[in-house]
Amino acid sequence: MSDIEKIEKEALKAISGVGDLAALDEVRVAELGKKGRVSGLMKTLGKMSNEERQEMGPKLNALKQRVADAVEARKAVLEDEALEARLATEKVDLSLPARPEPKGALHPVMQVFEEIAAIFGDMGFSVAEGPDIEDDWHNFTALNFPEGHPARETHDTFFFSPQGEEAAKVLRTHTSPVQIRTMMAGEPPIRIIAPGRVYRNDWDATHTPMFHQVEGLVIESGIHMGHLKGCLIDFVKAFFEVDAVEARLRPHFFPFTEPSAEMDVKYTRDGDTIKIGDGEQWMEILGCGMVHPNVLKNCGIDPEVYQGFAFGMGVDRLAMLKYGMPDLRPYFEADPAWTRHYGFKPWLTPSVSGGLS
Amino acid sequence: MKFTLSWLEDYLATKLDVNGIAEVMLKAGLEVEEIHNPADDLSAFTVAKVKTAEPHPDADKLRVCTVDTVDGEKQIVCGAPNARAGMTAIYAPLGAYIPGLDFSLDKKPRKIRGVESQGMMCSTKELNAGEDHDGIADLDAKIPLGTPAADALGLNDPVIDFEVTPNRPDWLGVEGIARDLAAAGAGRFLPREIKPPVSKIECDQDIRIEAEAACPIFAGALIRGVKNGPSPDWMQKRLKAVGITPKSLLVDVTNYVSLDRARPLHAYDAAKLKGAIVARLGRAGETLAALDGKTYEIMPDMCVIADDSGVIGLGGVMGGESTAVSAETVDVFLESAWFDPLRTARTGRMTGIVSDARYRFERGVDTASCLPGLHYAIELITAAGGGKVSDVKIAGGKIPRQDKVAFKLADVARLTGLDVKAKDMRKTLTELGFEIEDSGEAYYVVPPTWRFDIEQSADLVEEIARTQGYDALPGQSLPPPEGGRGAVTTTIQDRVRTARRTLAARGFLEAVTWSFMDKEKAALFGETPDELTLANPVTSDLNQMRPTILANLAEALQRAKDRGERGSALFEAGPIYLGDGPKDQRTIVAALMRPSNARHWQGLPAYDAYAAKSDLLAVLEAIGQPEARFQVAAPRDKHWHPGQGASLKMGPKVTVAQFGALHPRVLKALDVDGPLYGFELNLNALPQMKARGAKTRSKLDIIDRSPVRRDLAFVLADSVPVADLLAAIRGADKQLVSDLSVFDVYAGKGIEEGHRSIGVEVTLQPQGETLTDKEIEAVMEKIVEKAGKATGATLRG
Repeated sequence: MSDIEKIEKEALKAISGVGDLAALDEVRVAELGKKGRVSGLMKTLGKMSNEERQEMGPKLNALKQRVADAVEARKAVLEDEALEARLATEKVDLSLPARPEPKGALHPVMQVFEEIAAIFGDMGFSVAEGPDIEDDWHNFTALNFPEGHPARETHDTFFFSPQGEEAAKVLRTHTSPVQIRTMMAGEPPIRIIAPGRVYRNDWDATHTPMFHQVEGLVIESGIHMGHLKGCLIDFVKAFFEVDAVEARLRPHFFPFTEPSAEMDVKYTRDGDTIKIGDGEQWMEILGCGMVHPNVLKNCGIDPEVYQGFAFGMGVDRLAMLKYGMPDLRPYFEADPAWTRHYGFKPWLTPSVSGGLS
Repeated sequence: MKFTLSWLEDYLATKLDVNGIAEVMLKAGLEVEEIHNPADDLSAFTVAKVKTAEPHPDADKLRVCTVDTVDGEKQIVCGAPNARAGMTAIYAPLGAYIPGLDFSLDKKPRKIRGVESQGMMCSTKELNAGEDHDGIADLDAKIPLGTPAADALGLNDPVIDFEVTPNRPDWLGVEGIARDLAAAGAGRFLPREIKPPVSKIECDQDIRIEAEAACPIFAGALIRGVKNGPSPDWMQKRLKAVGITPKSLLVDVTNYVSLDRARPLHAYDAAKLKGAIVARLGRAGETLAALDGKTYEIMPDMCVIADDSGVIGLGGVMGGESTAVSAETVDVFLESAWFDPLRTARTGRMTGIVSDARYRFERGVDTASCLPGLHYAIELITAAGGGKVSDVKIAGGKIPRQDKVAFKLADVARLTGLDVKAKDMRKTLTELGFEIEDSGEAYYVVPPTWRFDIEQSADLVEEIARTQGYDALPGQSLPPPEGGRGAVTTTIQDRVRTARRTLAARGFLEAVTWSFMDKEKAALFGETPDELTLANPVTSDLNQMRPTILANLAEALQRAKDRGERGSALFEAGPIYLGDGPKDQRTIVAALMRPSNARHWQGLPAYDAYAAKSDLLAVLEAIGQPEARFQVAAPRDKHWHPGQGASLKMGPKVTVAQFGALHPRVLKALDVDGPLYGFELNLNALPQMKARGAKTRSKLDIIDRSPVRRDLAFVLADSVPVADLLAAIRGADKQLVSDLSVFDVYAGKGIEEGHRSIGVEVTLQPQGETLTDKEIEAVMEKIVEKAGKATGATLRG
């Protein structure tokens, strides 16, 4: 066996036998370092004749390369093993629970306000607002409630103590005063909805002293009661997210509309679930009508030129119907358990394109 | 308002059954609430014939009867003393539910004292259909076997209950209902022919009106020698069917005429009247002992009926005790008058009396109904109770008819989209009682005397539309709005939405709580002016419009804790009230947190005033209001912890928000356990964004120079807010200093008493060339100098 073969055999054995990177480096130095065996053989090339060098040169270079490759290969293996060993020590139990994130939720009534705004927004309505504390004129007189008329008493109005000479202020009993404020402040064409809090002095299983309404008002020339009917049926279909809704208008009385109507929709009840759209029974869901000429006149609008319709609906009840909440009273109790159960995810934004719910 | 189908049929020739009538009612605007047929409760019971009735072998008081029934011959043991052979009785089969006894018969025959009984014979009391005194019902022998008991007893008469809207007092009478239903297509209206009574005696009771506006007409007649016994059966049946307990002929007739023709009357015991009856205004100091047993103080504004003894009635509201009719009444004076609606309503409100008369007069009684109503009542009284009738006396005169209303026929199509022929409109209006002068394009229409809701063309449009039925309305979607689409929501509405979503995403639950609260509690949070105190709160502790949302949230958090919640986070976006003017309402976003005591193996950050600040700033950032716009200052309101509360200001005057810990004294007063942390943000205090102009963004300049970061540690007096130090650092070079972060706050060993060490990492962002060491050095020196000047801070040695 030549020196070359011997050295190669011994070197490769040594390399494969080392157990860590430090030992490998010692082998590398012993073989390939300046004073190493392979380097020593390389140095002998200088003393050789041309012929010898031409023969031995490639052999020795090949030896050096093979030993170096073996060191590199072993190094990669050892590094891998070292990484594995380190990673093994770094193991954590990812089945442990992560830090809890608190889960928030949106109130159903506020969500339904947004659903309604999305639907009517798509029909060209904008959202108007008015104050909760109203004067008698905006809440009643301008809306064609004659003074002293029994129709006023049906409203169970909350009054403030009169301050000085003025008539007592009231908590608005409906969102209709926003109609007045809107017509007083602007010119037709008008298309608004007005969501908000309203108040009536009544508290039992189906009434709360505060609740929510959405008012609608359209004042344009050429708008008639057929548009009112169409608009509201479009709304009901979109709101309840059903393809067809059997709905009817039925004459009723409101001082501020003429003709006046209530709207009923058909529904079926299956246990606690109510399905709106078809069925055997009718349920009243809103009041509406053509804006009374006296109301238009009170707001400085000529009823011979402009006409339009108005509607008002109880939002709390619409929310109950759509989302199956059995009781109105917990709406206002701020009970976390109720809100977690009936509330909505923070990023669920009602839209006509993306669906309401 | 309740009425029965047979009663309606007095005034309406119709082929419709009760359901058909209900449909027309809904169509015409009479909202049916309930239909109940008493016959439905009696469907099990039929007429039977008693063939034999023998004494029971083992019981003296019982009889064993053989009865022919719809189910064949039955043996029935009966305890009624009047059970006899040949009797026509009411049979209840085995298993039937007996409503008057509230139990069901056994399904199998039962032995009574050893004799099998295969059913029951009933009294009308056991059927909830009357009061028998002699035992079981003893019916007319002509009624055939098998006739339903309801028919035999005359109870097969459905009762309809419906809502009378305040504009239609004429629906408070069956006649008025029938007229409307006829016009809406239910059949033919049958007006009642009423003849004036034949007077046999002279009316020696004087009547006078001294307040013509309050009582423009007052008519009356005497009936002498009347027997005020029970009213006739048919009348009692109808009254009972609609829920009125029969009392006596005179009372029942006035009630009946009221329901039948919407004409209230009043009956006086003529023997108890002293001198002339006068309708006049009240006088201070007068009182009335009324029929409800209460005594009322009379006000000068009220219309009273008086005689020489003083006030004997409140006109259109309630009669007096002293002249009331009783079982002993022999001579009766019957009043039929008309009282002004508004004055009646006022009197009703002032006295608090709720009566049928008030309900009718304040809505309006047919101005032409005085005499026919009186005549009809006299007819009913004398038919049942006899007596001699006087001539009818009338004080005052006719009430002027309402003015003609111009009805433009084209308004029907303009307002409803309905296409109705002129002749159909004319027919409808005529059937409803309108008198019409035709001028081609318009009708000049005189409303009937029972309508008070017809003022203009639109009112007549409704008459046409509702009789046509709203099903005929041509439903069509709204046309697209003219011009471009504007913004749907206002800036504040957008901000409310964004704030709500931000807070919900950060773990808060949305609440909606009362706008009113307890005044004393409200005083802990702000001003409680009397103008915001409710005069008639729903409960005494909900009497003040809230100056804050936090109180409601704090109490809700306590309720949650009492129910075992470990910690909760609530928020509400809603109103608070600073005054009673239209601009005194503010839109507030308030959040409140009870830190949870939940544990986690990695530990959980404590929720504190700083966390509340983070949530507040997150909301502000989300609505486009970065932190840099605001300054932190001491809390403005006393409900915040003085040391752990702060306000967020925009300039020296505007407080945009307050945040931190609620004051322990306030929590104690609310009976709420602390600590609670939160904030209240006034959206109205923020600048309203200008209308969005161009949508394009400015160009982004990407800077390819790496930022330089340097740490500085300052020693700062406790009295100086760190925000001042940061502002000074930022101000040293607004171009270069791009970011600051406080990485350490330390007080204790090595730091002078009353001072803190504040570690700040300063980020410098070169705008052009890379900064040289020298330049960086110069900026740092400038920062230290500025900070020292502004805050007294020194570099930590």
